[in-house]
Amino acid sequence: MLFLTAIEEISIPNALLLSLIGFSVVFIALISIIAVIKVIATLSQSKNAAVPAPAVSAPKSPVPAAAAAGKVPAAGSQGEIDLYTVDDQTAAMLMAIVADDLKVPLNTLRFTSIREAS
Amino acid sequence: MDIGKIVNDLWVESGFNQLFVHWENAVMIVVACVLLYLAIVRGFEPLLLMGIAFGMLLANLPLSGMMHMEFFSGKALSEISFSQVLHEGGILDVLYLGVKLNIYPCLIFMGIGAMTDFGPMLARPSSMILGAAAQLGIYCAFILAILFGFLPNVAAAIGIIGGADGPTAIFTASMLAPQYLGPIAIAAYSYMALIPLIQPPIMKALTTRKERETVMTQSKPVSKTTKVVFPIAVTIFCVLLLPSVAPLIGCLMLGNLFRESGVVDRLSDTSQNALLNIVTIFLSTTVGATSVGYIPKAVDALGNVTDATNVGFLSSSTLLIILLGLVAFSFSTVGGVLFGKIMYAVTGGKVNPLIGSAGVSAVPMAARVSQNVGSKYNPSNYLLMHAMGPNVAGVIGSAVAAGFFIAVGRALEWIP
Repeated sequence: MLFLTAIEEISIPNALLLSLIGFSVVFIALISIIAVIKVIATLSQSKNAAVPAPAVSAPKSPVPAAAAAGKVPAAGSQGEIDLYTVDDQTAAMLMAIVADDLKVPLNTLRFTSIREAS
Repeated sequence: MDIGKIVNDLWVESGFNQLFVHWENAVMIVVACVLLYLAIVRGFEPLLLMGIAFGMLLANLPLSGMMHMEFFSGKALSEISFSQVLHEGGILDVLYLGVKLNIYPCLIFMGIGAMTDFGPMLARPSSMILGAAAQLGIYCAFILAILFGFLPNVAAAIGIIGGADGPTAIFTASMLAPQYLGPIAIAAYSYMALIPLIQPPIMKALTTRKERETVMTQSKPVSKTTKVVFPIAVTIFCVLLLPSVAPLIGCLMLGNLFRESGVVDRLSDTSQNALLNIVTIFLSTTVGATSVGYIPKAVDALGNVTDATNVGFLSSSTLLIILLGLVAFSFSTVGGVLFGKIMYAVTGGKVNPLIGSAGVSAVPMAARVSQNVGSKYNPSNYLLMHAMGPNVAGVIGSAVAAGFFIAVGRALEWIP
């Protein structure tokens, strides 16, 4: 019997059945969360579509922005970098990975642009 | 004045003498020193292992009075005398209440939530399936533990080691099998530290070179709205599905909402730094202190033994738990990689199966292992962000698996 009244041993078939149910619950939960994510993403997209899109999305370039704010580039900076559909955080991570992979200091590399591959 | 008697009494009452009487404590002191070596010299998960090892050392120094496992061992929460702990307990006894009351695992989850970027998972939601598949080891270890004669509540707590998530393992063990909390926590954290050694051979054995070289395309960007709504929606959904998972998922998602909302940066910063560090110190030290070699029998005011079931850390059960933990970790890796192969086949070779192994939680170490193994076969391949999807999904998956066992435990009256 699967349902017990006290802590007592359970048989292997019952353990298998319990495992099967438990594993299924994990899948159902995560698949349901996928559905929730899809719904959120769809609603978010439709909301964005309703708002008039800005003219042409100009490529972000942090260095000119910093310069405009009167900030001096850090020592070792090699100019500017254009980011296309990539946020600052992702760009920083990618640059760090490349530098680590090449085993050279980050400030000796020159990145001219980072864009998402289609 | 009998000098000889005084010297003899001093010896009898010294900790050195107690080490000869209860050799188990001496063995545990050696184990603690080995763990300290692994943490300091070898760098194995030092943030956790150092606290665990030093807690173990303190609790096994006889007569130090810092930890009294007889106050807790083999007792349900309702049977613990909190008054006795507060009046007669040492500092570790008092701090250990945070473990027994499941406060620390939840606060750790809040910090993890504040540190975690769910972006990679939201960008590729299908990768969450890998986080589910990589819970396979939990159920394999559960069945094996039943085969070895463990009671179902203990088997469930052992199985959760396969989730590769320390706080979840502690949360489950303290509810279902408090008497085995020490070995389960130590097995969980030790294997998490050993992931770079455990996973790569399994990943290589189960995949072909062509599969390992698969380059995955960049995922779509995720809107801020999605990132903010996600923790709220998941909390509502998961807690309605499995109410027993509320403390873990609730705290995880609260921390994540601090991070993603962008309006409480101070709270986010505190959760992922100061709070997480403080709780890590308390949790690691007290969990280590549960690993006591010899536990005196609990006695009442008249000196009568009231609980003869206290078993120290050094037992065949401990060894078996540590062995089953390794099985659980291995099978979880197998589950993730095999499902990764299925996704590779279904998508026509667009998913690298190596990211499946990251579904075992252990954020972000398991994702780093996927990256390292993948880049070994294709140096231009960057799997890290792709592996983070299943990796953070694994945290949710293991919490759901724990919630399931706790719910079943309540229904079948497993909870002692």
